[in-house]
Amino acid sequence: MRRIGIWIAAGGLLLATAACGGSPGNGSGSGGGAKTQSLSVGAVAEPANLDFTSTEGAAIPQILLVNVYEGLVKLDQNGEIVPLLAEKWDVSGDRKTYTFTLRKNVKFSSGAPFTADDVVFSLGRVKTDWKLKIKTQLDVVDKVEKKDDSTAVVTLKRPSNGFLYAMTSRLGAMFSRTGVADLANKPVGTGPYVLGAWRRGDSIRLDANPSYWGTKPALSSVTMKYFKDATAMNNALLTGGIDVISSVQAPESLQQFADPNRFQTVEGTTNGEVVLSMNNGRPPFDDKKVRQAVRHAIDHKALLDTAWAGRGQLIGSMVPPTDPWYEDRTGDYPYDPAKAKELLGGKTYAVKMRIPNLPYAVSSAQVVKSQLAQVGINAEIEPLEFPARWLDQVFSKGDYDLSIINHVEPRDMGIFADKSYYFHYDNPEFGKLLASADEGTEQQQADDLKQAAKLLSDDAAADWLFLFPNLIVAKKGVTGLPKNAIAESFDFTALAKQ
Amino acid sequence: MILYLVKRLAVLLASTVVAAVAVFAFMALLPGDPAEIALGVNATPEAVADLRHRFGTDRPPAVQFLDWFGGLVQGDFGTSYVTSAPIGPQISDRLGVTAVLVLGGMAVALVLAVPLGTFAAVHHRDPLGAAISAASQVGIAVPAFLAGILLVFVFAVQAQVLPSGGYVPIADDPGEWLRGLLLPWLSLGLVQGAVLTRYVRSAVLDVMREDYLRTARAKGRGRTGALWRHGLRNASVPVVTVLGLQLATLLIGAVVVERVFVIPGLGDLLLNGVAGRDLLLVQGVVMVLVAAVLLINFVVDVTYHLLDPRLR
Repeated sequence: MRRIGIWIAAGGLLLATAACGGSPGNGSGSGGGAKTQSLSVGAVAEPANLDFTSTEGAAIPQILLVNVYEGLVKLDQNGEIVPLLAEKWDVSGDRKTYTFTLRKNVKFSSGAPFTADDVVFSLGRVKTDWKLKIKTQLDVVDKVEKKDDSTAVVTLKRPSNGFLYAMTSRLGAMFSRTGVADLANKPVGTGPYVLGAWRRGDSIRLDANPSYWGTKPALSSVTMKYFKDATAMNNALLTGGIDVISSVQAPESLQQFADPNRFQTVEGTTNGEVVLSMNNGRPPFDDKKVRQAVRHAIDHKALLDTAWAGRGQLIGSMVPPTDPWYEDRTGDYPYDPAKAKELLGGKTYAVKMRIPNLPYAVSSAQVVKSQLAQVGINAEIEPLEFPARWLDQVFSKGDYDLSIINHVEPRDMGIFADKSYYFHYDNPEFGKLLASADEGTEQQQADDLKQAAKLLSDDAAADWLFLFPNLIVAKKGVTGLPKNAIAESFDFTALAKQ
Repeated sequence: MILYLVKRLAVLLASTVVAAVAVFAFMALLPGDPAEIALGVNATPEAVADLRHRFGTDRPPAVQFLDWFGGLVQGDFGTSYVTSAPIGPQISDRLGVTAVLVLGGMAVALVLAVPLGTFAAVHHRDPLGAAISAASQVGIAVPAFLAGILLVFVFAVQAQVLPSGGYVPIADDPGEWLRGLLLPWLSLGLVQGAVLTRYVRSAVLDVMREDYLRTARAKGRGRTGALWRHGLRNASVPVVTVLGLQLATLLIGAVVVERVFVIPGLGDLLLNGVAGRDLLLVQGVVMVLVAAVLLINFVVDVTYHLLDPRLR
């Protein structure tokens, strides 16, 4: 199972540095003819640099993966793994050998042909050159070999269901053997777009790759413009400075875009579970009954309606509906204040709720506080500056009783398996289920993970407030918007403008 | 005059060094560890320690300060923890944008304040003069960012005649550059203009009551003529002092206005740096801002001397 890694992004202030943009006349179609159509997309976090092999930050793969860099496989909008640079792949009987048949006539933007040598090179670099913690997800790879120019064979140390999924992320991006000299500034990939211009602090423009192997993009360029201020981004769309808001930061702002003759709103899902974390490592939440009481005390439907304008989905465990082993667990702890009081045995508690100063956390915390107060848990809300102070006090030092954070990494149930992680959840059974899920057949994986999700829910390791929605607003006439934000990239490939 | 310059210059240098120590000390007190933030929630204690070592933040504060200040003296601002890019060029890029913003805002303020303030002084008994005086009072009460938000709402969102924000380099498109800067200039300039109008008005009023002006009028000059010939230079001395102070205020106001108008200037860089605890970057930017304010004060003092011969 994937080890940890959440990018607590979706909330407004982002981890990485970000900066601004949003000027009309730049990137929004100076030409006019169909051939020169361009589009600009507003986003919140600007990449610190363009090298996702050595720099953390969700903003880099967001713009580069799938658009500039491609992998052998990619994750589609339904969460399925589909071919990209590999036409197909065969898995051996012992599920330890993956044979990838590569597409022919694929070229890097530098002109160099893409062959099995590049696969060997790229996957080798993960081990030798990558500096990110997530690279351990490919530790299971034993060796990568070239059979012929268009066949690459990957041998694993043990069967792993996580391997192919990891290959859809930035870890699986294919680099040219002659294109890694200046990754921070000059990305060389096989994708439908190439880097056009980067105006630091403002925007990054990608231009269509004229020699792309697949369906060529309908747009001549796409500009990603970066805004730190949600109001400024909304104003930019209202005034025509941008065409798309990639992720709406506060659902109440949607009413500005209600006019269907001008705008369209797309609502999809994300991998972001908004978790009410409870510190399992110290009283009172080291007591399972108290945690269960919390789950019964919260009216999740009312919370979603109040805190996030009813946008999003209710979930009962750490699995989003786009994962194959999703089961509806919202019925495990129905809203039942009487039951909650009974579980607390008439006792009352005073606890600290240390939350990041992000919009969804602040508005959810108010509701949680008032609902918990009704069963006798008095939570004092303490908002902390995100990321700096929240990371320090809650995440690193574990000094909290309750917190609220959106865990946005895909397939991140594994964070509960590490008892030093800030939840301090400790159940060896859970770890065993995850391990056997990764090694077993696909069926076994699904069974184990369903059971693991149920275990988390039963143990009330945390409470899951809701699944964070993906809200995109665009001008009318923009098509091909990626509805669900479940992969690392904002996929430009299908974008077009009518 | 030379001696004065030398003395004033020495004060400038000493203040800069003191400011550097203060800036460094404040950054050291800021809670939040840059290594922790860079690693986010993927962090393990070992990785954090390792990164701290790479950043050099595990060294004693005195060593870090000398290292930083030594570089600063040689014009080297160091390398950012977060972006691994040298800080100096980032600051100089952004400084250009902020300078244009601040100077434009000042120009708007001056263009408004000098004629309006003078008019209000000359006609201080008329309704129109009183109206200008009252309007400036209101202007003082409005912070620049609020003026910005209101201007965006009126001119960009409602009327759709100007962009709501963004910055286009002049080399890319001079027309768009100007269009993008009009509202930011106005929002900085209107507020500062209001403040300045009051100073101009009271300075001109004071001058008008002076004996030499009465003498000039007795010798046959008109009210305006006398003021023009003899009054304005004298009235400008207190105004220049205020102007210097205001320039510093504008620089700080620009930090917020840049956020409202999505302009990639120093303020924007500063806020990013603070959020990511990119301490070296923050230190660098704050140092540049402090140095700019000190330099402005220096220039004001020198100008003061040039304008007022009695001080020489």
